[in-house]
Amino acid sequence: MWTWFYKLASPPYVFGVAAALTPWFFALAALAIGYGTVAGLVFAPPDYQQGDAFRIIYVHAPAAWLSLFAYTTMAVAGGIGLIWRIKMGHAVAAATAPVGASFTLLALVTGSLWGRPMWGTYWAWDPRLTSELILLFLYVGVMSLRPAFEDPARGDRAAALLSIVGVVNVPIIHYSVLWWNSLHQGATVAKIGKPAMPGSMLWPLLSMLLGFMLFYGAVLCIRVRGEVLNRERQATWVREAVKSR
Amino acid sequence: MKVGVWEAFLLVLRRELALSFRRPDQLLQPLVFFLIVTTLFPLGLSVQLSLLRDMAPGVLWVAALLSSLLSLDALFKSDADDGTLEQLALSGQGLNVIVMAKTLAHWLVSGAALVLVSPVVGTALAIPEAAFGTMMLSLSLGTLTLSWLGAIGAGLTVGLKRGNVLLSLIVLPLAMPLLIFGAGATDRAISGASAAGALYLLAALCVLTCTLAPFAATAALRITLE
Repeated sequence: MWTWFYKLASPPYVFGVAAALTPWFFALAALAIGYGTVAGLVFAPPDYQQGDAFRIIYVHAPAAWLSLFAYTTMAVAGGIGLIWRIKMGHAVAAATAPVGASFTLLALVTGSLWGRPMWGTYWAWDPRLTSELILLFLYVGVMSLRPAFEDPARGDRAAALLSIVGVVNVPIIHYSVLWWNSLHQGATVAKIGKPAMPGSMLWPLLSMLLGFMLFYGAVLCIRVRGEVLNRERQATWVREAVKSR
Repeated sequence: MKVGVWEAFLLVLRRELALSFRRPDQLLQPLVFFLIVTTLFPLGLSVQLSLLRDMAPGVLWVAALLSSLLSLDALFKSDADDGTLEQLALSGQGLNVIVMAKTLAHWLVSGAALVLVSPVVGTALAIPEAAFGTMMLSLSLGTLTLSWLGAIGAGLTVGLKRGNVLLSLIVLPLAMPLLIFGAGATDRAISGASAAGALYLLAALCVLTCTLAPFAATAALRITLE
């Protein structure tokens, strides 16, 4: 277990593993998203209240979930880099930030597109929406702090610390629909006991969620490889790897 | 000579306050900024008292956030530039204690001063006098929390040449919950309802940042100093 953990601190090892994992992630993501799209858009019955408009949930909910998951990944990876001084932690954190920010933006945009016909407005100053918007700002803060330092190692550590401070927002977003009287609907999937959704609607959603996770994994692998190449550009193994192409 | 933790805290606090009071212009500028920004809203929007009263909590809080933010940049900057901060970090006292003292001093000259001026602004914005107590209490809790959050941001950006905009970019998202609860408390007090819930939440945020933010700010300073 620990030797595996130590191996992950080595840039060439991570570079190789990420390259080997990428096609698997992409293939499985295509399967899961393909099934989710067809089953969600074609086979799932229309909602009794929302009609066909509810189908945007198959993009919106996974994107929102991934926005939180990517933020947590960024903070944990940054923490690993900060505590154990493992450079790969910072590389993963730097690679995650723009992906997570894109998922946050996607969740906000799909949510407001759905909100127009359903709530009659693109935007409402609702706890769930506001905290998700704050998450986007936190991503932007972390992304602009890192390159502000001339010394990249220092920028890495500063960004890691900021992302750890921002983690307080993650439970707030998750529980905002419980803590406040929110316009946003409450938890429908992750409920204790039975989810408030029939299987024909739920299975495509779970499949999309899995697909988004796998897609995130694939994109992260590619981005981590880019980060490693950029950070280790002085190393001899990088020159050899580039030459052997 | 070994100086105790408490003594070191008081020494740094006294030094910071003495430095601030020797430069009264720097002390007054954020306050004047606060007054000017709150004056802008009635001029730009409407002088109707009922409308003004509805917007007053938001205007007051946004102006308070921005004016505390103005002085945050200077929290560690001058000491970092002339090397005092390194000396303090090497003094053998925990950097924690020094950060706490500096942040508290920052709050005393920016946040607390702002709270003392707020009744004047409140009157100008047609906030009823009955709501002044809640307004001042919520502003004190809010500005203290903001000083702690700001210490993290100031610690992270102290080594940067143009860190001022970045500082706002980092601190403002973290301060948004403050604005929500603070303006909410003031709003409820104006309409005569009980503001206890929002005040408790503000107090909870204040305790949370008082206990955790010094560690984060210290870690931030260590990153930029080393």
